[in-house]
Amino acid sequence: MADSKTKTKLDLKPVFFGKKEKKLLLDPLNDNNPITVQVLGICSALAVTTLATKALTMAIAVTLVVGFSNLLTSLLRKLIPNEVRMIAQLIIIATLVTVVSLTLQAINYPMYKELSVFIGLIITNCIVMGRLEAFAMANDPWTSFLDGIGNGLGYGVILLIIASIRELLGKGALFGFKIFGPGSDFLINTQSFSLLHWYAPNNLMVLFPSAMFVLGVIIWLHRTWNSKLIDAS
Amino acid sequence: MQKYRYTIIFVLILSATSALILAGMYTGLKDIHEKNALLFKKRVILEAVSPLLDKPVSSLSDEEVEQIFQKNINQEVLDMNGQVVDASKVAAAGYKKGDALSLDMAKEFKKPEDKRLLPLFIYKKGDKEYYITGVIGRGLWDLIWAYVTLDSDKNTIAGIAFEHIGETPGLGAEIKDNPSFGKQFIGKKIHDEQGKYHSITVRKGGAKDPVFEVDAISGATLTSDGVTEMLQRSMKYYDPFFNKSK
Repeated sequence: MADSKTKTKLDLKPVFFGKKEKKLLLDPLNDNNPITVQVLGICSALAVTTLATKALTMAIAVTLVVGFSNLLTSLLRKLIPNEVRMIAQLIIIATLVTVVSLTLQAINYPMYKELSVFIGLIITNCIVMGRLEAFAMANDPWTSFLDGIGNGLGYGVILLIIASIRELLGKGALFGFKIFGPGSDFLINTQSFSLLHWYAPNNLMVLFPSAMFVLGVIIWLHRTWNSKLIDAS
Repeated sequence: MQKYRYTIIFVLILSATSALILAGMYTGLKDIHEKNALLFKKRVILEAVSPLLDKPVSSLSDEEVEQIFQKNINQEVLDMNGQVVDASKVAAAGYKKGDALSLDMAKEFKKPEDKRLLPLFIYKKGDKEYYITGVIGRGLWDLIWAYVTLDSDKNTIAGIAFEHIGETPGLGAEIKDNPSFGKQFIGKKIHDEQGKYHSITVRKGGAKDPVFEVDAISGATLTSDGVTEMLQRSMKYYDPFFNKSK
């Protein structure tokens, strides 16, 4: 991958990380977030957000896949015949997803077991296909790569926020560290405070519908906070 | 035809490159994948004897897991008549290593009931022996299975570890995720004093019998019923073997 990167840097002689590039990387985090603004990739945002570690792994996997499939598609964009461009993009995505899946299987098998089908389903994640079609087919490799990484990060940030809320309220834990709940293995044992005897982790937060509520609230807050997103109509 | 020549060649080259990369990676990582899968299975089995271990399975290092398996665990493969099947015959059934660990319970589950092979792990601690049996059945969405450890009386449950493929998180998946579900099984019995077979029933609305029943998970009736069915049907498979050695 190293030489393709240097090659792409040469393509853009004047600046390779100027204002435009910075915007590409940071825009998806806020103004053009793939989940809350473009509303893409919702399926996996609901499915893998029960635990923060799961969400983090998924976020890294998606970021790598979007980044490198954008890079490869952009490198091949002048060679890909127009009639089969979707198929060509799919082959690139599928290859990268399988590479990620095989790697995860080798480095963290229990996590691979946990995520199982969802890693494979990155192939159908609309964010990946969307970025390839909308950006990589028309832009040079370096900016495409940045755009991919940016969108992956934007997806990851929302995923982590949802997962943290769900894990904290549903299991009283964060990244597996038990923080508050009834029982002596939690950092704050609610049983030992007479006012908190009633507390029990809310199992609804572990179930899928809660992800829908949390995501809805996040979209609402995001739109209220960011004035650019308010629809003129 | 001339028009499509470039397209066809392009797709062929792209597919071939992709296939080559993936095939290479798969072959290269196969050994590591197999080692990981085996280690994962060993950890699940140890989870079934976790009340007897010095520390939780999750804090055991890979080496310690291997060590326990080498020192304290004997493996046997049984047939449905309670006979010990020797390694060469197990190997002939498609499991190259011929031990209980390599047995694929899901594959055995598909065979007719009288032709199945059963795994049995004998865990030795001090001069006591514990028997880890393997049972498999259906949950709501897919297969569920469990390793059930019996005390040296071959009747009292000393530990249990559930696994599943696709039960719903927060509902059916609680059989594995919620340790208090598994804890209920400890001390329960398979046979009564007269030797009558009861196995364990997962009872909706709370266990009524203190010896043969446990509480179901609310909201996960079908998975709970699956656990009952699995334990009722499969614990019997081990009776011929245990009766013989009693």
